[in-house]
Amino acid sequence: MTAAADERTHDSAPADDVLAVAREQVLERGVGLTEQQVLEVLRLADDRLDDLLALAHEVRMRWCGPEVEVEGIISLKTGGCPEDCHFCSQSGRFPTPVRSAWLDIPGLVEAARQTALTGATEFCIVAAVRGPDARLLSQVRDGIKAIRESGNDIQIACSLGMLTQEQVDELVAMGVHRYNHNLETARSHFPNVVTTHSWEERWDTLRMVREAGMEVCSGGILGMGETAEQRAEFAVQLAELDPHEVPMNFLIPQPGTPYEAYEPIEGREALKLVGAFRLALPRTMLRFAGGRELTLGDLGAEKGMLGGVNAIIVGNYLTNLGRPAQRDLDMLADLKMPIKALSDTL
Amino acid sequence: MYCVHCGRPDAEGEHPGCRGPRAALEPPRFCPDCARRMVVQVTPVGWSARCSRHGDTTSAARTG
Repeated sequence: MTAAADERTHDSAPADDVLAVAREQVLERGVGLTEQQVLEVLRLADDRLDDLLALAHEVRMRWCGPEVEVEGIISLKTGGCPEDCHFCSQSGRFPTPVRSAWLDIPGLVEAARQTALTGATEFCIVAAVRGPDARLLSQVRDGIKAIRESGNDIQIACSLGMLTQEQVDELVAMGVHRYNHNLETARSHFPNVVTTHSWEERWDTLRMVREAGMEVCSGGILGMGETAEQRAEFAVQLAELDPHEVPMNFLIPQPGTPYEAYEPIEGREALKLVGAFRLALPRTMLRFAGGRELTLGDLGAEKGMLGGVNAIIVGNYLTNLGRPAQRDLDMLADLKMPIKALSDTL
Repeated sequence: MYCVHCGRPDAEGEHPGCRGPRAALEPPRFCPDCARRMVVQVTPVGWSARCSRHGDTTSAARTG
């Protein structure tokens, strides 16, 4: 936006306009939007989208800085999950085409190597389980040891479902520095998405993770039939959790799941969510995760990076393919956004 | 030959869900030779798929 256009926007905005309020509250003071304010942002007319994204970008630059954290993820144990998360092709309860698979240790080491070669500083090991059993934890322990012995010092995160305190302590001892466990959606919508466990059980795991000193990573999936009110509710519930990182996924309807016929979120709506979540979470790492390729395409992804996002998963996801990592790295170079270096994270 | 996304014969029907933008984000799930469901591992830069009858294939083999 030019200086003249910027001035015009601010001059024409009434004092109670939610973006004018956000400029003072979020940008100047670093105080995230309330639930009602997030809802107002989500209800902005489409012709205010550019203003929203410009402000969200300013907030990100002011409170998080210019660097972008790049991450790769790998599925250590795929499919056969006993839970019924309605969005997930890995649930054993739905007739999806995904078959169970375990990745062996050499495969895990190779995936970590491929991830590090992209310049990523973060490698997340994921398993489709309710929670880890002894076999899975043993595989994670052996895998981390083998990654380190290969000379790869990339930061390692895990996402292994719900944990006991003992398991949290074990992961800390293994050197896992961040734990992902998505709340997935607003508390009020969660029972429509998952019936085999509760939102509160997820919250309890996240509380233990934080208390044990690991970084908390928790976000969710947008486009699962939630209302605008529930999206606002979700944003402030995440703000209350105050995670280190929030991954934002947009639903990719998976064949065989209860949500297979859902329409992906429309691009402008997704961008509005990006801006709104940034204004609710000014200091939090906001990561583009699954579904952006389908929802936003290349141009939308760039707009999101200029609209509050400051982290990205590169390459493929767990069961879905992403765009080639190099395209995202080229995009960051074009946008002159520096990739966070490993030395900055240690 | 069979559709790698749904396992039905390639020439049978229109496969609208198998040729759209969503399918472009899916690795193959069914063996193109026998339609068996394959064991698929997605990695950060590719995928591998194993059919119990016809063996392994990878994204590298498909593209290169």
